[in-house]
Amino acid sequence: MPFAGWEMPVQYEGILEEHSAVRTHVGMFDVSHMGEVEVEGPGALAFLQRVLSNDVAGLEIGGAQYSCLCQEDGGVLDDLFAYRLGGDRYLIVTNAANHEADLAWLGRWSREFDVIVRDVADRYAMLAVQGPHTRAVLGPALGIALPPRMRVAPVRIGDRPALACGTGYTGEDGVELLLDPEVAPPIWAELLDAGVVPCGLGARDTLRLEVCFPLHGHELSPERNPIEAGLGWCCAEATGFVGSEAVARARAEGTAERLAPFLIEGDGIPRDGNPVLSGEEAVGAVASGTFAPSLERGAGMAYVRADLAEPGTELEIDVRGKRRAARVASKPLYRKAS
Amino acid sequence: MSDDHYPDDLRYHDQHDWARLEGDEHAVFGITWYAQDSLGEVVFYDPPEVGATIQKDSSYAEVESVKAVSDVIAPMSGEVVEVNDALADAPERINADPYGDGWLVKVRLTAPQEAEALLGADEYRKLLES
Repeated sequence: MPFAGWEMPVQYEGILEEHSAVRTHVGMFDVSHMGEVEVEGPGALAFLQRVLSNDVAGLEIGGAQYSCLCQEDGGVLDDLFAYRLGGDRYLIVTNAANHEADLAWLGRWSREFDVIVRDVADRYAMLAVQGPHTRAVLGPALGIALPPRMRVAPVRIGDRPALACGTGYTGEDGVELLLDPEVAPPIWAELLDAGVVPCGLGARDTLRLEVCFPLHGHELSPERNPIEAGLGWCCAEATGFVGSEAVARARAEGTAERLAPFLIEGDGIPRDGNPVLSGEEAVGAVASGTFAPSLERGAGMAYVRADLAEPGTELEIDVRGKRRAARVASKPLYRKAS
Repeated sequence: MSDDHYPDDLRYHDQHDWARLEGDEHAVFGITWYAQDSLGEVVFYDPPEVGATIQKDSSYAEVESVKAVSDVIAPMSGEVVEVNDALADAPERINADPYGDGWLVKVRLTAPQEAEALLGADEYRKLLES
């Protein structure tokens, strides 16, 4: 399946098996299509504070932070993780389809700051190793110490410098490895031998959807601001980031629509673009819909009229002409049994 | 999942459906090995109602995998007399045994002669190879 110019498998052995491996054991995703951008220089913090929605000043050396990259009108160009590698050195991981546009945007805004923005996408392959057994399997297999959640650590993998990041896109514990592309294939093979289950884009989508992580191009786009997408928590308008005025206005005044996670009550699998109904009224559309393997039913996220986004609200989804009962739920849709 | 196979005693429709004739008036329908393999793990089967009239070459049911939904095309015309209720709880049988436990509906045929226009197993295999 071609994805932003990359050949990516939707599945290896089957989406259900792969999904379950990540929820109960450990799986790995080749996400080398993700883009990397290095930001370095005395003005790095001030620059990132200007372009990223979160309060980057709160990011310690070795820390990780989620942010939106917003336009002036608050529309979301991309969502990304920023890692602080050193005093004045940061790494940003972008979505493949947005990487070039992100670079152009960052380049444009960087002119006002004493900073260098470097495209380093070619320097890194990326393996996301995810699941409750990640630490037990990965540490010994690679002989490295793994960083805690939301931390990044320089390590050596395949005798080359690499980064281990305590982040992921599945709702499970896990580590994302940024490594030299040359050593990625043998490391992949080594992890296979260690019992890590290879997973494709299909399971990546069902896993992230169950825990309500947004996907750019679905929940996020330049036509949506972070507030309506439920990402107000990663916006610190006081920093004055690009788009902060629009975001502050959306937060104060509310938005016409809001993103609502929902579960199908009986049969039916919602799909992207399905109309959402309240009574006879069209009130929104499904942004992402799927069969949720851990919940064993249809589930998704939809943009609906703001007053209908409260958990418990009963809606209907028009799935190929059949009305399926749905109920707005709270985030995340899937919670680990503790 | 089993390897690809297309039993000789079935008649095939080019939209990847099969019909097993039972006497002169009845037939059981399902989807072929190729169809289930293309679709991936089936997680939902939306059957027609018993008594529904179905038309050759038209959709009479839906099967869905995690990622995709597919119409199921009727290989012949008739009235649904039985649906495979076991698939409601175990739709994965369509993958595991597409010609056995994974059957979809039993139909009283209104035009049994339609069978003549369907493909034999060899012809269907050739279609897949072309």
